Amino acid sequence: MSAASKDTALRTGSIARALIYTILIIFALFYLLPLFVMLVNSVKPLEEIRQGNMLAFPQVFTLEPWIQAWGEAQIGVQPTGLKPYFINSLVMVVPAVIISTLLGAINGYVLTKWQFPGHRIVFGLMLFSCFIPFQIVLIPMARILGLLDLAGTTYGLILVHVVYGLGFTTLFFRNYYDAFPTELIRAATIDGAGFFRIFQRILLPSSGPIIVVTVIWQFTNVWNDFLFGASFADFDSQPMTVALNNLVSSSTGVKEYNVHFAGAILAALPTLIVYIVSGRYFVRGLMAGAVKG
Amino acid sequence: MAFLEINRLHKQYGNVEVLKGVDIAIEEGGFLVLVGPSGCGKSTLLNTIAGLENITSGEISIDGTVVNDLHPSKRDIAMVFQSYALYPSMSVAENIAFGLEMRGVSKAEREKAIQGVAGMLQIEHLLKRRPGQLSGGQRQRVAMGRALVRDPKLFLFDEPLSNLDAKLRVDMRTEIKRLHQKLGTTIVYVTHDQIEAMTLATQIAVLKDGILQQVGSPDEVYSKPANMFVADFMGSPTMNLIEARIENGGTGLSVEIPQRDRSLSLPVPQPPTALQNYSGKSVVLGIRPEDITDPDGADPKAEHIAQAHCSVEVVEPTGADTFVVTQLGGKEVTGRMRNAAGLSVGADVPFAFNMGKIHFFDPATEQRIA
Repeated sequence: MSAASKDTALRTGSIARALIYTILIIFALFYLLPLFVMLVNSVKPLEEIRQGNMLAFPQVFTLEPWIQAWGEAQIGVQPTGLKPYFINSLVMVVPAVIISTLLGAINGYVLTKWQFPGHRIVFGLMLFSCFIPFQIVLIPMARILGLLDLAGTTYGLILVHVVYGLGFTTLFFRNYYDAFPTELIRAATIDGAGFFRIFQRILLPSSGPIIVVTVIWQFTNVWNDFLFGASFADFDSQPMTVALNNLVSSSTGVKEYNVHFAGAILAALPTLIVYIVSGRYFVRGLMAGAVKG
Repeated sequence: MAFLEINRLHKQYGNVEVLKGVDIAIEEGGFLVLVGPSGCGKSTLLNTIAGLENITSGEISIDGTVVNDLHPSKRDIAMVFQSYALYPSMSVAENIAFGLEMRGVSKAEREKAIQGVAGMLQIEHLLKRRPGQLSGGQRQRVAMGRALVRDPKLFLFDEPLSNLDAKLRVDMRTEIKRLHQKLGTTIVYVTHDQIEAMTLATQIAVLKDGILQQVGSPDEVYSKPANMFVADFMGSPTMNLIEARIENGGTGLSVEIPQRDRSLSLPVPQPPTALQNYSGKSVVLGIRPEDITDPDGADPKAEHIAQAHCSVEVVEPTGADTFVVTQLGGKEVTGRMRNAAGLSVGADVPFAFNMGKIHFFDPATEQRIA
């Protein structure tokens, strides 16, 4: 009797499991479909796409669209390809991420371990900044960039992204450091270490997971930003996203879909790589903060 | 002037007063234990001595220097924390030498100091490891090493043994005592464990709700508790506190403990002088479990033993002794019996009360009647 019921339990288990896996695989395929379409069509000649079947594998394999998108395509008025804008984006993203992460770490350190009267209000205001829509800050920010003589420059964009990212990076580090034992800070104080020495020697070496989380978050956001790039950049400082838009929406000539697909993948590649390389730490870091905090 | 002096120390957090005028002094080489239940302010007091918390008013001086406004690193103190507070990203050797490094001691001297301390604490083989790879007892040793290496004027210990298991705790307790005897450095030690306090201290300070209840040698605190709180807090099992009346018969004072049928009358052979005024009034009689025994197990040197029959309610053997619970004056009273033979629940057996070691407290003020 009991053996029979165990048997049925096992069988239902495997049926349910098969069902779950089937559904999961279907959904995974469904989510992968856009990427598949982009990849497949980026290595086809344009005529093949014109024939109409976007889902078909290429009959003739060609890397020409990639070469076009990278170095030859018409962006705005110049046939430069996306390459210079890719570099613009990198020059903007790297300092913006480093500066906003560092400042966020120091903010988190002060807000948890060197609390001053009113620290809750300050943190509340910084948290509030996470919820301000991009559009609201456009005009005041344009004014400030003008006053600082940074309008249309990469430095200006870096400043914008640092300021806008500070709320998030502060939130991440504050929650992480909140769970960091205060006794360690006290021990280091008695040992004679000062404000920055404690930060550098005690906190930073233990901040690996949260630094990864912040860097991924900031990198993705800054790299993918279009609005600030379109609003505050000149031709020589435009980021990748704006250039991609200019490539795709240029009104002259034929729509070269294969080049557009290749360009879009190029634009998404860096964030994709960052995720693949450090995604594991991302989840782990988020969890660490969540459980301890 | 004492080595460490704390005068009229007040500490407030907003409107909450955590320390309400504490006065303590300890001589050089002394071992002061601050003991009390959680929330009594003992850790706050230690933190104010360390300078990790500001004081609201009062004065703290170490070796003749007022340190009220001195930064923790300038007070020449070292502290061992409850969680050990070892820097997780540094090796044991780096942990121990961090304080020296911050003070600009040269690398060669640091190495020498690390070796010296590691030898004393027998942790040479751990020097290259990270704190995460150490057991609780090893972390404890490293934390002490970090304090010892600087050779400070004053050691502060904040419940250093409370994270260890029972056996290790006893071993480390002995080790701390041995270390103190060897080095002779002044120590302030916080614990909620009254046994730790009794075994380690040269001076015990009992705190409750931010008020100092009693300061004295372990023997004073144990055998002459200043009030009912100290009497109840120190000692395990705790002192029996029984409501009773003082009667003045023709032969001298006696203490009457009301029982269900008739009251139990015990003579008071050496009454404290103030007890005369309580004749006919209620008092609280305090008697420790080890002073309630079986007649054979009574202290042979005790001069005044009173015997009474009481009924046994609970018998708790611990191996060496057997604790026997009975009812006196409507309260559970514990006695410590040597000879457990013949004790059965419900039996009426003779109990021997060592009347030379009884205590009296005023039921209203809870203060000792001296």
